Amino acid sequence: MSTDTASQRLTLVQAVRDGLYGELERDDDVLVMGEDVAENGGVFRATQGLHEAFGDDRVIDTPLSESGIVGSAIGMAAYGLRPVPEIQFMGFIPPAFDQLTSHAARLRNRSRGRYTCPMVVRAPYGGGIRAPELHSESKEMWFVHEPGLKVVVPSTPHDAKGLLASAIRDPDPVVFLEPKLIYRAFRESVPDERYTVPLGEAAVRREGADVTLITWGAMTRPAIEAAEAVADEVDVEVLDLRTLSPLDFETVRTSFEKTGRALVVQEAPRTGGLGSEIVATLQEESLLYQEAPIEQVAGFDTPFPLYALEDYYLPESDRIEDGIRAVATYEI
Amino acid sequence: MSIIQRGPDEQVQVLTDEGELRPDADAPELSDERLVEMYRTMKLARHFDERAVSLQRQGRMGTYPPMSGQEGAQVASAFALAEQDWIFPSYREHAAIYTRGWSLDQTLLYWMGHEGGNSPPPDTNVFTVTVPIATQIPHATGAAWAAKLRDTSEVMLCYFGDGATSEGDFHEGLNFAGVFDVPAVFFCNNNQWAISVPRERQTAASTLAQKATAYGFDGVQVDGMDPLAVYRVTKAAIEKARDPEEGETRPTMIEAVQYRFGAHTTADDPSVYRDEDEVQRWKEKDPIPRLETYLRGEGVVDDDAVEAIEADVREEVADAIETAEGVQRPAPEELFAHVYAEMPQRLEQQLAYLQRLRDRHGDDALLES
Repeated sequence: MSTDTASQRLTLVQAVRDGLYGELERDDDVLVMGEDVAENGGVFRATQGLHEAFGDDRVIDTPLSESGIVGSAIGMAAYGLRPVPEIQFMGFIPPAFDQLTSHAARLRNRSRGRYTCPMVVRAPYGGGIRAPELHSESKEMWFVHEPGLKVVVPSTPHDAKGLLASAIRDPDPVVFLEPKLIYRAFRESVPDERYTVPLGEAAVRREGADVTLITWGAMTRPAIEAAEAVADEVDVEVLDLRTLSPLDFETVRTSFEKTGRALVVQEAPRTGGLGSEIVATLQEESLLYQEAPIEQVAGFDTPFPLYALEDYYLPESDRIEDGIRAVATYEI
Repeated sequence: MSIIQRGPDEQVQVLTDEGELRPDADAPELSDERLVEMYRTMKLARHFDERAVSLQRQGRMGTYPPMSGQEGAQVASAFALAEQDWIFPSYREHAAIYTRGWSLDQTLLYWMGHEGGNSPPPDTNVFTVTVPIATQIPHATGAAWAAKLRDTSEVMLCYFGDGATSEGDFHEGLNFAGVFDVPAVFFCNNNQWAISVPRERQTAASTLAQKATAYGFDGVQVDGMDPLAVYRVTKAAIEKARDPEEGETRPTMIEAVQYRFGAHTTADDPSVYRDEDEVQRWKEKDPIPRLETYLRGEGVVDDDAVEAIEADVREEVADAIETAEGVQRPAPEELFAHVYAEMPQRLEQQLAYLQRLRDRHGDDALLES
């Protein structure tokens, strides 16, 4: 038995596994399903050992069929179970798109609350690991744009476990996107016991007075590094959104009204990205606090390239530092 | 009765597991030169595969999906095509696309992450390499449908794996093919494992070939590690698609029963989910020694010929690796090329921004990750 104070230093992917373990143990209705999640323990080992611990009816290898996985999970969830389907890479979610957007997102609304869809679709997302074509996408906006879905992106092992627990216990469908670039990038202390990190609350990763940097997922680390790199010149406050939908705009606004200057760092293509929504809302609600144009350091409006060029595509510290300086030094 | 009009669970074989002509089978309708070429291509594919896995292990290439064990099905099916026919490959058909004119160095470049590796060579009737599962199946149906509407004699050969038969696109593509009676051949490389999920957990059906029955056309199971059987079955299916007899439907689904000797990709560890004993059992059906035994028995190749072929394929693969590794990292402008026929202004601005970043920081800094 674990004690309240026991903890281990886990990577993000280990923390996901730990979170799944805890929820499977806590609630018999929870089950994990997907391609290669049982016998193989997941292609990233995010479900390693779960099949041995919980058996064939709780941790299930499915046929190769994203629409089948998500569609049947919707039926299970409506029935009363708490399925946690995995899609192996975000780039392979599209066959399940109809099920996610036409059904999971709308089941509560269409049935006027009679049927609900408490499931969590997990998928690794993002670039930077020299992966093959269509294995590096950041398409979170597909789902942020879909009323009825929640979208969660952890950036630390501790949050990954706690956010996943909250997502599984949430009454609504959640798309839980895991930044595979940092699956094994670092370890941090993660309590053995179950705990939750609430959905819909951004985290202030670094306090600062001059510029508000808003980011999420795999970009959080380079954003913090860039903030540290320019610390002699500019005092940057770094916000990690953690939940993209529903967005914790209150934390964003509070920080912006303090600093008057902001930039958004996102891995996804710029056009129609979450950054644009944040900028638009700040202009509507906090225009009179604004001291500089709000910058966006984002992925280009191109397909994610094959890996030889991916480092040109991904926002990295030099680009982020340039963005911080542009915002910080702007004078009207 | 045609070779493909039989029960979908009657597996077509021409060679015994040992590589002898079965007593009930006819000799292949291939010249000695073509047989040797088929053998050479399979040997080349095996050697290429071994070198590619090794390149990945040495950090000289990214993730790579090996094909060892599957060369017979890939090469022999591609050999059955006429010049005007097309193939629609998945991501594991390195030998099939090579047979149709895609160079080895270009295949290497693709897996080395170069955009140029994704560009089908001119005058090569190969559609793009498809990474998502089963999505190429409706494309093959559509292209075959268009060929029929335009009254050409082209046939489309579409490759996919056992796992793909669980996807909606498989059903939709085959259903359209049956309804519109298009000149397409659906070639399932059933290698028994969709990463860690075995064929029997993929579908409750006893064969994959029988799925064709539901779409109203022929399904046939062939020993996919018997290149001569694969050739005969594919040839018959292609001819039927091109020029069906009265009462025949054009499309056919071929289930080529075979085995993936290696991992799903170099990122996969098959020892987690399957026994080495099983691998060894399937290796007894290895298509390469099997064809070699047949060719030696017929007096088509001897020790000298085999040695010469081995030396030749080593050289061709080594040259391809040298060529691919000699290609410079693509210019960053390649990110923006071919997104649209004409680059929108917004992309031009983003490209200019990337150029300014490069001027200001230098490529080395931007490539740090």
